[in-house]
Amino acid sequence: MRYDRITLAHGGGGSLTKELIEQVIAPEFDNPILRTLDDSAVLVMNNRGYAFTTDSYVVTPYFFPGGDIGKLAVCGTVNDLAMQGAQPDWLSLSFILEEGLLISDLEKVVASIHKTAVEIGVQIVTGDTKVVERGRCEGLYVNTAGLGRILTGNWLGSANARPGDAVLVNGSLGEHGVAVMSRRPGIAFQTSIVSDCAPLWPLVQEILKTGVEIHAMRDPTRGGLAAAVCDIAHASGVGIQLNEAAIPIKREVRGACDLLGLDPLAIANEGRMILFCRAIDADRVLAAMKRHALGKEACVIGEVKDSPKGMVLLHTTIGGERIIELPTGEDLPRIC
Amino acid sequence: MCLAVPAQIVELNGTTATISVEGALREIDVSLVEEPRLGDYVLVHAGFAIHKWERSEVEELEAIRANTDLREVLR
Amino acid sequence: MKTLKQSIDDVARRIGRDIRLMEVCGTHTMVAFRTGLRQLLPDSVRLISGPGCPVCVTDASYVDAAVEICRRPHVTVATFGDLMRVPGSESSLDRERAAGASIRVVYSPSDALLLARESPSQHVAFLGVGFETTAPAVAWSIWRAARDHVDNFSVLCAHKTMPRVMDRLLRDQQIKINGFLCPGHVSVITGASIYQFICEQYKIPCVVSGFEAWDIMKSIAMLLSQLADGRAEVEIEYSRSVTEHGNKTAQRLVEDVFEPCDASWRGIGAIPGSGLAIRETYAQYDAAKALGVKFTEAHVNPLCRCGGVLRGVSTPLDCRLFGGACTPAHPVGPCMVSTEGTCAAYYKYEGVSA
Repeated sequence: MRYDRITLAHGGGGSLTKELIEQVIAPEFDNPILRTLDDSAVLVMNNRGYAFTTDSYVVTPYFFPGGDIGKLAVCGTVNDLAMQGAQPDWLSLSFILEEGLLISDLEKVVASIHKTAVEIGVQIVTGDTKVVERGRCEGLYVNTAGLGRILTGNWLGSANARPGDAVLVNGSLGEHGVAVMSRRPGIAFQTSIVSDCAPLWPLVQEILKTGVEIHAMRDPTRGGLAAAVCDIAHASGVGIQLNEAAIPIKREVRGACDLLGLDPLAIANEGRMILFCRAIDADRVLAAMKRHALGKEACVIGEVKDSPKGMVLLHTTIGGERIIELPTGEDLPRIC
Repeated sequence: MCLAVPAQIVELNGTTATISVEGALREIDVSLVEEPRLGDYVLVHAGFAIHKWERSEVEELEAIRANTDLREVLR
Repeated sequence: MKTLKQSIDDVARRIGRDIRLMEVCGTHTMVAFRTGLRQLLPDSVRLISGPGCPVCVTDASYVDAAVEICRRPHVTVATFGDLMRVPGSESSLDRERAAGASIRVVYSPSDALLLARESPSQHVAFLGVGFETTAPAVAWSIWRAARDHVDNFSVLCAHKTMPRVMDRLLRDQQIKINGFLCPGHVSVITGASIYQFICEQYKIPCVVSGFEAWDIMKSIAMLLSQLADGRAEVEIEYSRSVTEHGNKTAQRLVEDVFEPCDASWRGIGAIPGSGLAIRETYAQYDAAKALGVKFTEAHVNPLCRCGGVLRGVSTPLDCRLFGGACTPAHPVGPCMVSTEGTCAAYYKYEGVSA
């Protein structure tokens, strides 16, 4: 049964999102730059590479444990640039505000945007503000676009993972999604888990200093680790093999997922990255990551093989093997 | 067919309890189990405690989870 | 030290013929796939999946009824997340929510009751699906609504129970089952004694299993030992949760609110005495009566093989729709919707090409 309307699952970052983009949106604008459907576009001007990206932020509630919509709006866009090896230089900032929003709340969000931007060294150079009637949005929505100079010699992208690569992650997974979900009405549970929302650029700078050739980087946001690795396996035409025992997940995240029947591998992150480089370079990259606060728990979680092409296999803790599929969409609590 | 998770009662107020699943807290109803006490481990399904575990049974689960190479004997 | 895999291999060799074990419970199906434990079993031991996913066995006509009531003004449908994407004849709850219906996903029936208390101008109808494990929680919400006179609350009831459907499977000549991995959490409520008739009448061994990979492997080893010794008994592997007679408090509550009824199982058909209906005393909280819901015959895709899959006579790979017209993003049959549905588990964990 096909969908004739947008459902929440279309926004989940899984297979329904992919389908919507590939079937309804992207074909209208087909061009070689767009065709990669990476998190940011790579533009070449005067022989210099630039990364360009945009993202909208609609998180509810707009203040959540470990962050807020403002910090998220800077981090999310900057991280998309950073994953392309680009120094985040300029951001645009647009607000859609709901009639009735407390100006003091907006001030807090703006202050948070300012603080995060200063921390990264990115400038906000243009913007827009619109107000909609009460009920037409939940408090405020934010859109940012970002432009940055690519600093790596080679271009990174989902299509560049190669057999023989190691798969690295900078820290434990699922915290942003669990922190936000804990505040959603109808689900309400309490957790001391806070969002991992953070700008990855300073960490990427540490990694680039090693001079190691990085093949691909990706921030596993909506759809979690599962969506990110499936995408890369597919785009690169390689087989990715992950080791379940090596994937860092906090006990509390596991507990929340057990309670609600969710898969921690499909939960969103906002300050995490996965990285692909030659296995022999992995130790140098790990050492560099560990020097930064965001990489203290960095580790190798898998490797890239020639086959099965386009597929992700997980070696389970009990010695079995299973396929990791692109998640479908919305995370719903379930009883079975 | 039915997900149920072991959880510890960390707060008790009549037939309502706050339970902790590895630190994730949620309010549930405990009227289906006999004499729930603070610190008890219960099995939770759809917001209800459906069974009470002895301490030894919690330890059994811990031993099972640690036994990833599936040795026949637990400890 | 010996591993469970080694003991299973040893006993399987001793038995020397092909063995088919049915895991009745969908959560067992999911754990088996998620941990990859099927690959640890010898070729002669096959796990076949049974009708133990409540979403999968819920008749399309029930989904149609839920869709019909959610379209009414002043009705909010509250549901477990599991049901949101299950296709009815021409719609599903996620489509209806997108089209403007008031639908709330809840974690517990108690959340649905709370929603009714908080929104007195709406009628909150909770979708009561699930087996013996879930029935007490839903019974509680009805009992509590009656006690506190929450008159804008009702339950659209499609609860089902295990023993009769297991009996039906055993009578089906097409299905060969040598042993049952019995559902652990159902048994927490009912006790393990409900499977006694299977051993007595059909001489088939039963083991009530827990939900860790170790539990399932251990239970398989126990089933194989019974077969090797020529025994047919009910054994409890999941002894940390399951007793002989179950949770009496929960049973009394279920007994108070519900009575046995005939129930229609998707893909299997009507089975006398295999469902639970809300008793006349609580008729006011029965959505079917309170809202005057009519169940009509559903239209389902004739190519869908969920029926065979649910009875363990087909695998998803036998279905022409599997992986093509029917995927987790666009499910045709219910076994593709529920995370623990056999088709979804095959698709997600074994790959379309498996």
